[in-house]
Amino acid sequence: MSDKSHDPNQMTGAAMIVRALIDHGVTDIFGYPGGAVLPIYDEIFQQSEVQHILVRHEQGAGHAAEGYARSTGKPGVALVTSGPGATNMVTPLTDALMDSIPLVCISGQVPTHLIGNDAFQECDTVGITRPCTKHNWLVRDVNDLAKVLHEAFYVATSGRPGPVLVDVPKDVQFATGTYHPPRKSDVHRSYAPRVKGDATQIRKAVALLAHAKRPVIYSGGGVINSGPEATKMLRELVEVTGFPITSTLMGLGAYPASGKNWLGMLGMHGTYEANMTMHDCDVMLCVGARFDDRITGRVDAFSPGSKKIHIDIDPSSINKNIRVDVPIIGDCGNILGDILQVFKAEAKKPDIKAWWQQIAQWRARNSLYYRKSNEVILPQHAIQSLFEATRGRDTYITTEVGQHQMWAAQFFGFEEPHRWMTSGGLGTMGYGLPAAVGVQVAHPDSLVIDIAGDASVQMTMQEMSTAVQYELPIKIFILNNQYMGMVRQWQQLLHGNRLSHSYSEAMPDFVKLAEAYGGVGIQVHKPGDLDGAIQEMISVKRPVLFDCRVAALENCFPMIPSGKAHNEMLLPEQANDEATAKAFAGGKALV
Amino acid sequence: MNQPASAYFIEDRHDPNETHTLSVLVQNEPGVLARVIGLFSGRGYNIESLTVSETEAQKHLSRITIVTTGTPMVIEQIKHQLDRMIPVYRVVDMTQTKRSIERELAMVKVRGQGEHRVEALRLADAFRARVIDATTESFVFEITGNTDKINQYIDLMRPLGLVEVSRTGVAAIGRGPEGM
Repeated sequence: MSDKSHDPNQMTGAAMIVRALIDHGVTDIFGYPGGAVLPIYDEIFQQSEVQHILVRHEQGAGHAAEGYARSTGKPGVALVTSGPGATNMVTPLTDALMDSIPLVCISGQVPTHLIGNDAFQECDTVGITRPCTKHNWLVRDVNDLAKVLHEAFYVATSGRPGPVLVDVPKDVQFATGTYHPPRKSDVHRSYAPRVKGDATQIRKAVALLAHAKRPVIYSGGGVINSGPEATKMLRELVEVTGFPITSTLMGLGAYPASGKNWLGMLGMHGTYEANMTMHDCDVMLCVGARFDDRITGRVDAFSPGSKKIHIDIDPSSINKNIRVDVPIIGDCGNILGDILQVFKAEAKKPDIKAWWQQIAQWRARNSLYYRKSNEVILPQHAIQSLFEATRGRDTYITTEVGQHQMWAAQFFGFEEPHRWMTSGGLGTMGYGLPAAVGVQVAHPDSLVIDIAGDASVQMTMQEMSTAVQYELPIKIFILNNQYMGMVRQWQQLLHGNRLSHSYSEAMPDFVKLAEAYGGVGIQVHKPGDLDGAIQEMISVKRPVLFDCRVAALENCFPMIPSGKAHNEMLLPEQANDEATAKAFAGGKALV
Repeated sequence: MNQPASAYFIEDRHDPNETHTLSVLVQNEPGVLARVIGLFSGRGYNIESLTVSETEAQKHLSRITIVTTGTPMVIEQIKHQLDRMIPVYRVVDMTQTKRSIERELAMVKVRGQGEHRVEALRLADAFRARVIDATTESFVFEITGNTDKINQYIDLMRPLGLVEVSRTGVAAIGRGPEGM
């Protein structure tokens, strides 16, 4: 054997990790050091190809990596230490699993001989993260490390994307072994996600679409995950068929909000026209969405008269909540392309004028109506003003979770995919601020705004410090109503208006808080001052906390009430006390 | 049922439950069984019986046989959820193929004297159970068969001085020349 010291592929485990990141095109990672990852941090120190962003809490690293991933289509990478470092990653990993975000987390672990001994900062990381990752690995031999790292990137980004975790004991980081660049044999032979759709199923789908009288396209986050080709095919399909299109929260931007066939978002806080179209349609084409309970409402009354086509890359999404007639497993970009090809060759645009007339009547209900005020800023108005002020700019929006998130989805129009980062499945308050950090790292010259609530934003406020350190001029646009608004809304509607612990009695002074972090604070109370303040926020090239004081008791409508179907929505003008009481009559089981 | 005040429709569906036997071929690697069991507990599926052992050592393959119950929709879900796990090669629904053989092995300890001992031996003979341990006051029987046969045998042993039972759980294989 030749002298191993001259073999460039001989290196320590820690060096392999950095090398693998470079080989996978990673330029930025988010992390927090600690005892069990110090060898890796030592390697990071001695190179310049991978930039490390130091967060203030590991949860922030995870959400930042998610924001980075969703705004670029590339995997996000987080690096955390053992024990608390790993347990703090559980929320972002679960969030990424629910929303199918490609995330690679590398965690340090105590040395192999101490595993199982309750060592300092030891926890069963692979055990804890098993149900919240797509797959995870504990690497006990440095010679397995390269293979596992390459497989981790492949698993995270292929098929239905998701988070993965590689747990690396400290002695494995120190040990020397052989590295190899990525190769096909690194991946389990048992893992082969299907990408191409079945031709027979595609023909069945086209036959249904071609003869539809009342069709609808319902698209989801899968279209965005699939990449630019899927978005292009979706838009072309809408153009070629002339069908109306709605989308889930996760799918916003795949079809432009300014497009003439756009119905707005569907589901619990979706528009009246989107939900009625879903309910009354005769053919539904679901692309890359999963019939979540927030979408379907009461499942036994969900779109009762329709034939349903479901395109999904994950076979377990088929018939999980709603029985469908034509399932097609595969990548939605591929399948939409095939559908288009067959449709163009064999079908012509169905005549659905009557259906559009019906939809126009539903649209005329103006379900997103709200009453403006000269005295107090309405949250809907604040989002609309923000949208107007950022129109034509290179803008990315993240959100926290709650009323502000739903208002952002309703009132901010997205024209392109990858511009909207929100915690859809898990509903993680505190997602938006660190996600904005990640987005800004990926897009340093773009305008990145976290539309936040006063309660959510305090969950991960510490990442303001990260933004200041790395000169990331993120804008935190807080709709401050001093309540956990969505909790309060449910308490009002479902729990006899007993506002149990949904009011924040001690709100920080967000302006002073921004200044304390070294950012800029802006506060606005009056509708007349709003536009000017937003312009000021945009022009500041530093992190901003924007404290937008809004009407405290405004609620989010329209809304599908308890156990009701799409055609039983509560519209804003009906949401007086009596109608609300009636719609939500019953017991108290809140889920 | 009075629908409670929730955005969800909470009433359970009342489709009839079915029992299915699933054969799952997996990569034999650390944690693979925990993944499979975690899936069942995490998603609220039932495990009636679980058998697992390495079956092809060179290829590091293990075969897991799971007997589960659920509505047809839930059974479909279970199969898809198993199939998408990274170390899972194949999932075959042995019940759906209707061409499978299922066997279980049980060791049954019976303690007694006189007429009871004679009766236990006579029944063992009828069920083709073998005596694999004996003392002057006890037997351990080994019996192989499908789950019903073993249940029946155990029921018969109960009045004759049944002490304890150790069962392997169900193993299943398809009939005919083809593998899974």
